[in-house]
Amino acid sequence: MTLPPLPAIEPEGAIGVITGFIRSQLEQTGFERLVVGLSGGVDSATVAYLAALAVGADNLLAVRMPYRSSASASETDALRVVTALGCRTELVEITPMVDPMLSLIDGSDEATLVRRGNVMARQRMIVLYDRSASFDALVAGTSNKTEALLGYGTLHGDMAAAIAPIGDLYKSQLRAVATALGVPSEILDKPPSADLWEGQTDEGELGASYDDLDRILFALVDRRWTVQRCVAAGLDAALVAWVAQRVARYEFKRQLPPVAKVSLRTPGIDHLYPRRRPGSRRGS
Amino acid sequence: MPPGYASSVEYRIALAQVAPRLGDVDANLTLASEWLRRAAAEEAQLVAFPELALSGYLLSDLVPEVALRSDDARLLALSREAPGVTIAIGFVEETDAHRFCNSAALLRDGALVGIHRKVYLPTYGLFDEGRFTRPGDRIRTIPVGEPLGRIGLSICEDFWHASLPMLQALDGASLLVNLAAGPARAPGSAAGLAAIAGWHKMQDTYALLGTVAVAFCNRVGNEEGLTFWGGSRILAADGSVIAEGPLYDEALVVGTLETDDLRMQRYGLPLLADERVELVRRELDRIIAARAELPPPDSLDPEGG
Repeated sequence: MTLPPLPAIEPEGAIGVITGFIRSQLEQTGFERLVVGLSGGVDSATVAYLAALAVGADNLLAVRMPYRSSASASETDALRVVTALGCRTELVEITPMVDPMLSLIDGSDEATLVRRGNVMARQRMIVLYDRSASFDALVAGTSNKTEALLGYGTLHGDMAAAIAPIGDLYKSQLRAVATALGVPSEILDKPPSADLWEGQTDEGELGASYDDLDRILFALVDRRWTVQRCVAAGLDAALVAWVAQRVARYEFKRQLPPVAKVSLRTPGIDHLYPRRRPGSRRGS
Repeated sequence: MPPGYASSVEYRIALAQVAPRLGDVDANLTLASEWLRRAAAEEAQLVAFPELALSGYLLSDLVPEVALRSDDARLLALSREAPGVTIAIGFVEETDAHRFCNSAALLRDGALVGIHRKVYLPTYGLFDEGRFTRPGDRIRTIPVGEPLGRIGLSICEDFWHASLPMLQALDGASLLVNLAAGPARAPGSAAGLAAIAGWHKMQDTYALLGTVAVAFCNRVGNEEGLTFWGGSRILAADGSVIAEGPLYDEALVVGTLETDDLRMQRYGLPLLADERVELVRRELDRIIAARAELPPPDSLDPEGG
């Protein structure tokens, strides 16, 4: 049986649309520069390449934010991107921010891996937003569609951004775009990892390969297939059920918090405006 | 006097494939004025702008702030800038009864020649139009004088309902003008190209079956996360493509119709003349009654004759 397909992509077309999107967002908001947190992984490398293409390397600040447990290869790979693009870069160690905070709260270093990972992701968000204020820039997010749908990201951490250039690209599509952009093979070929603790890999943590996950997500989400149809088409029943449940469970991460409606007109419910309109541009 | 039918007359059309600014009517009037000047320099007799060219597309609750009356002085002044040129342009219209519509105005020499209010407001998938604007309730053609005779205006989604362009062809249009704000879906994939191919098939089919020329003006640019795809086209009455704009980039797409093409096409393929409109009406009456679970209209023998 032939399995349902992976989501296809024609990289040049996608690159044109995304760089146009980035330029348009900057123009509408009144900014000219972007900040991106560069981890050494393929997602942030791809965003950096797209940003440099859209606004020029001079207008891009790539911030490297290692923690004491980060793999040394991550820093090496992040620097490969900086060198290839010729963009600006800064190194901000987050260990002396994360560890004291956790020990102040706990009185120990015994925080669980997940708690520690979330604090690290949120600390990086704080650094990025601070650097964006200093560099007069917008923060470009590095979350992809696979992560967003699976809820595999930290709310107000790595999910926080002003714009989401790769938010509608599945991981497998993102790899194709990264290849077309010329992202170094060392970055493309290594196993994806949040690099929050030693030996962590996305696929190990999620329990499936990105290709398997993308195949299922593409069927469930983009093609609106039922779980039953996915299984009948040869996709792994247990994995399909797990993915479908995760998509539903983490819906809250993809939405603003619900507002208790007590007034006549409520932001987000019946007070609905485009994010940018005449007069809302910075400096206008 | 109209020219003799045997002598072919050229009619030059320009499609302003522009990127309007969301919510900024004044900026968009300036934009329209600039492109109108360019089109006039190309000796265009008809200049079409996209859907909601004066307001932008993703308006939500900005609708009342950008709405214009159809006789707004700014609209009429725009049309005075290019004497003799017919302009089709999309805007949010507020009627005397404060009905807010997604409308297309046909203007010439400082006068409103006609108007079309978008009949089909997509409110599904990524579209939310029916939440903020009200649908039109007329499908008409607009007399514009020789050599075209009548134009059938429509707006984007209207073209996804074959009845609308076909009614306009039957109503005497020699040219269908569709103003659009079509967002790209799955750009950079086969599915995205298939979506554009769907629009091409429609235009080709309406031209062919309506034996009518087609002008499709689609906007470009970005709003929020949407990217509008452009690809504006002018088709002759045999479905052949006379001019086609680029994808995603601003462009003035110019093409020339020959009235003789329409004449010979309708001689060789007399589909409109042969159309059994009374039969269509009878069957529609029957279907309408059946959908409402009402008895068939009195004049009908449900078993046929």
